Amino acid sequence: MLELLKQPWPWYIAGPIIGLTVPALLILGNKPFGISSSLRHICASCVPAKIPFFHYNWKSETWNLFFVFGIFLGGTLATAFLANLSPTEVNPALANELATYGVTNYNNLIPEDLMSWQSLFTVKGFFFMVVGGFLVGFGTRYADGCTSGHAIMGLSHLQWPSLIATVCFMIGGFIMANLILPHILSL
Amino acid sequence: MQQTRNNNRDTKLPEAVYTNENRLTYGWRHNTKYLVAGVLFGVLLVKSEVISWFRIQEMFRLQSFHMYGIIGSAVIVGIISVWLIKKFRIKTIDGEPITIAPKKFTKGHIYGGLIFGFGWAITGACPGPLFAQIGTGATVIAVTLLSAVAGTWVYGYFKHRLPH
Repeated sequence: MLELLKQPWPWYIAGPIIGLTVPALLILGNKPFGISSSLRHICASCVPAKIPFFHYNWKSETWNLFFVFGIFLGGTLATAFLANLSPTEVNPALANELATYGVTNYNNLIPEDLMSWQSLFTVKGFFFMVVGGFLVGFGTRYADGCTSGHAIMGLSHLQWPSLIATVCFMIGGFIMANLILPHILSL
Repeated sequence: MQQTRNNNRDTKLPEAVYTNENRLTYGWRHNTKYLVAGVLFGVLLVKSEVISWFRIQEMFRLQSFHMYGIIGSAVIVGIISVWLIKKFRIKTIDGEPITIAPKKFTKGHIYGGLIFGFGWAITGACPGPLFAQIGTGATVIAVTLLSAVAGTWVYGYFKHRLPH
């Protein structure tokens, strides 16, 4: 059983359980599933400055900060007790493409060739971590939600603005991965 | 709602200490359940490899069904769950009625959505996976998370000047 749990979980197991997060949070306390809000609460609690967007009662939203801290702990526990020691298996077409950019390390879920403390101060490293992170934080707040808030919670509630947001997430991702990233990776 | 109830109790009850203690106990229990839910969700994100940069690259290159299967099946389960909660007027474990606010469309859904899509393909992570990745020991992702917090802050700063 433990050996089975250590293998990567297939989509038809993981997907439905992720979907159950929606009713779980609603039944636990009438909370809408959404993770990017935590970034706003961090701003509001640490550096609200004089920005009206960050002046609200963030203390009533601490549940969200507990939830994301739990995600962090979950990542630690999964690595400590359920780690899959074999490298990530990827589509050979992707592996071939990435090899031409010198990305060959599949030992972790993140590409260590691109994201590491050593590469942080290189152009590529700065782009993948600092620029990428900034776009995630800016974009999710501008779009009023991320994959959890729009693609899962919003679509579960049949909200058409969430469908538009989700489609735009995908369009943005396709443009970046296929048209822009190859140039950055070639640097 | 809870806040007002507590405030009322504060003004009515002379035993202020007792009330505070009660509220603390409630607060701790209140937040622990979300911590536990977060832990389970984090384990799930890691073991299903949703937090893998490589899986996200496959998704945006149409090289794997994995992520589409995950998001698709999650949405189907979510739709059925929300429908059941509404149909049977299921309440929270504390007996409160469940209400879900509708989303109001703004142009931000388009512009912000595209910008987030760019970031998602670069980092291979949406906000949830960032927390999980740091948990797996990829400490450098704390920089990515910090940058995401900065991005959120900058949005807040320029919000009134951006098209919505």
